[in-house]
Amino acid sequence: MPRLKRKANSPLSKCPTGIQGLDEITEGGLPRGRPTLVCGGAGSGKTLLGMEFLVRGITQYHEPGVFLSFEETAEELATNVASLGFPVQDLIQQERLALDFVRVERSEIAETGEYDLEGLFVRLGAAIDTVKAKRVVLDTIEALFAGLPNEAILRAELRRLFRWLKQKQVTALITGERGDGHLTRHGLEEYVSDCVIVLDHRVINQIATRRLRIVKYRGSRHGTNEYPTLIDESGLSVLPISSLGLTYPVSTDRIATGIPRLDAMLGGKGYYKGSSILISGTAGTGKTSLAAIFVESVCRQGGTALYCAFEESPEQVCRNMRSIGIDLDPWRKKGRLHFHAVRPTVYGLEMHLATLHKQIQNLHPLALVMDPVTNLLSVGAPDEAQAMLMRVIDFAKSQGITAVFTSLTSGGDALEQSEVGISSLMDTWLLVRVLETNGERNRLLYVLKSRGMAHSNQMREFQLSDQGIQLQDVYLGAGTVLTGSARLVQEAQDRATFLAEQQAAQQRAQALRDEQATLESQTTALRARIEHIQAERQAVQAQEEARAEAACADQGALATARWADAPTAPHPRRARKGDGR
Amino acid sequence: MTRRDGGQQAAPKASPSTWNLRLYIAGLTPRAVAAFENLKQICEAHLAGQYHIEVIDLLKTPQLAKGDQIIAVPTLVRKLPEPVRKIIGDLSNTEKVLVGLDLRPRT
Repeated sequence: MPRLKRKANSPLSKCPTGIQGLDEITEGGLPRGRPTLVCGGAGSGKTLLGMEFLVRGITQYHEPGVFLSFEETAEELATNVASLGFPVQDLIQQERLALDFVRVERSEIAETGEYDLEGLFVRLGAAIDTVKAKRVVLDTIEALFAGLPNEAILRAELRRLFRWLKQKQVTALITGERGDGHLTRHGLEEYVSDCVIVLDHRVINQIATRRLRIVKYRGSRHGTNEYPTLIDESGLSVLPISSLGLTYPVSTDRIATGIPRLDAMLGGKGYYKGSSILISGTAGTGKTSLAAIFVESVCRQGGTALYCAFEESPEQVCRNMRSIGIDLDPWRKKGRLHFHAVRPTVYGLEMHLATLHKQIQNLHPLALVMDPVTNLLSVGAPDEAQAMLMRVIDFAKSQGITAVFTSLTSGGDALEQSEVGISSLMDTWLLVRVLETNGERNRLLYVLKSRGMAHSNQMREFQLSDQGIQLQDVYLGAGTVLTGSARLVQEAQDRATFLAEQQAAQQRAQALRDEQATLESQTTALRARIEHIQAERQAVQAQEEARAEAACADQGALATARWADAPTAPHPRRARKGDGR
Repeated sequence: MTRRDGGQQAAPKASPSTWNLRLYIAGLTPRAVAAFENLKQICEAHLAGQYHIEVIDLLKTPQLAKGDQIIAVPTLVRKLPEPVRKIIGDLSNTEKVLVGLDLRPRT
């Protein structure tokens, strides 16, 4: 009973393709033991998908495979995919892969009655048995329709073939050419109905984009969108980017901006790790410099950074940054800084996204710079560019990458809006603007928003010199904001005023000091006079006393001389003096 | 296009080279038996004494299917004289077999 229940509930067994992204959107791979139809126009990558399915099946999942080609010879196939690094010849020698070319030449074949395709079955069966294949690719079986005249027999035999493949328990991948109004030219979808994948290669505005869509997948959930697809040196990759949700982890760690004063403006510690930063401003406001100094700081601290330059070549960026004292070259040489410089018009938005994705997955950078994102508008409509950037932001966040986007605001537009409408997705928005006064342009920087931190509300003057980037306080005084030389002039004026006032105060103090000194000297003179007077007075008194004494003595002598019998009344002082004696 | 003349030359008169024919079958099915019977009759009628028939059973030797690019059975392959011709089916339509073997000019 439990076994039965488990069996009933057990999901469809899947066969992982190993192709980047495809297993994600199919939620595990192709239906195991059943045929899958891959259809698409010429050059949409059907054969490659098939070959990659086999090669990855062998190398990653140890499931041998058979490739039955109806279009290309075994040698051609091996050569074609060798450029993608698929070791087809080795795998064939190790008997893990069988490659068979079925050539059907209508001109060589005459039909004379009843027949069946047992020959094909025998060949396929023999190949499957030789390598003990678990996976089979039939690359465009529709070629049979061109080669065999009797369609009725062919259809009956194809039906039998797919049933036979199911019996053989092999996971088969059948490719088909896309037809008008039908998925395939000959209606193969009629026979292979478990899983149908459509590859598309379309050109919009002269830019080609590959896309992959799962039209149906019986018994399984699957991503239903058209997913951008990429063929590069490592094969096919599908980018299920829109499947990203808002479930990424966040960090409270901070990452320095490279400018200490900017760190100070951002709550004292810089950006949040894994956040998205928008630097917007008009032309020539120093957006790239801000991005570059951040990258340099990240590299200096031992991180890896990816710099996507859409406008300048890596050399040019490096040279220009060197002129303001930011040397990126050493980090490039050390492999910490990677440049991804492409013109936006080289390929479509999806392709940009795809390459970015790949680069990020290869490098696992700590920081990502896209400079400038507004250039992507030349490739797609604004809403497309926005969607693409949203995916980049989501992807970067899910990977914990701190992403810096610069956005060019064209003249005349409102400053506090980003051209691509991504400002609301950003965690931190730095605005750089130019203030035009007194015949000069000065840069101003301020933090328009920064989620989750106490950021400064102050404007800073932002200076680029060969010493690097400096942030200066703007002149805030007397109700005006002044920058540049006006600020300098004002500061000089302030200094002059201060100096003058200082001097005046000093002079006044000196005058007072002088006055005090004068007064003090006068006081000294007066005191000297007082002393002089006092001395004089004492002298006079002494004289007087001497005179009185002398007079007294004279009187006594006179009285004596006159024989006076009555003594003269004694003078008080003379008497005292006389008493004392 | 040019085969037509060659075919005419080769057809009624005995060609100097022997006819080397291979019949591919997959097991002794009624269809395979019928094809062999039909082939034998045609050869006896048109190529008496100059032909050699080799029957290959793909169930026994599946690897041989690759060489002659066999997908349908039964398939008759005219190895000699050149060029190689392939005729699929149970060979019940004698006219078509003769045309296919270049024993009769195509109309």
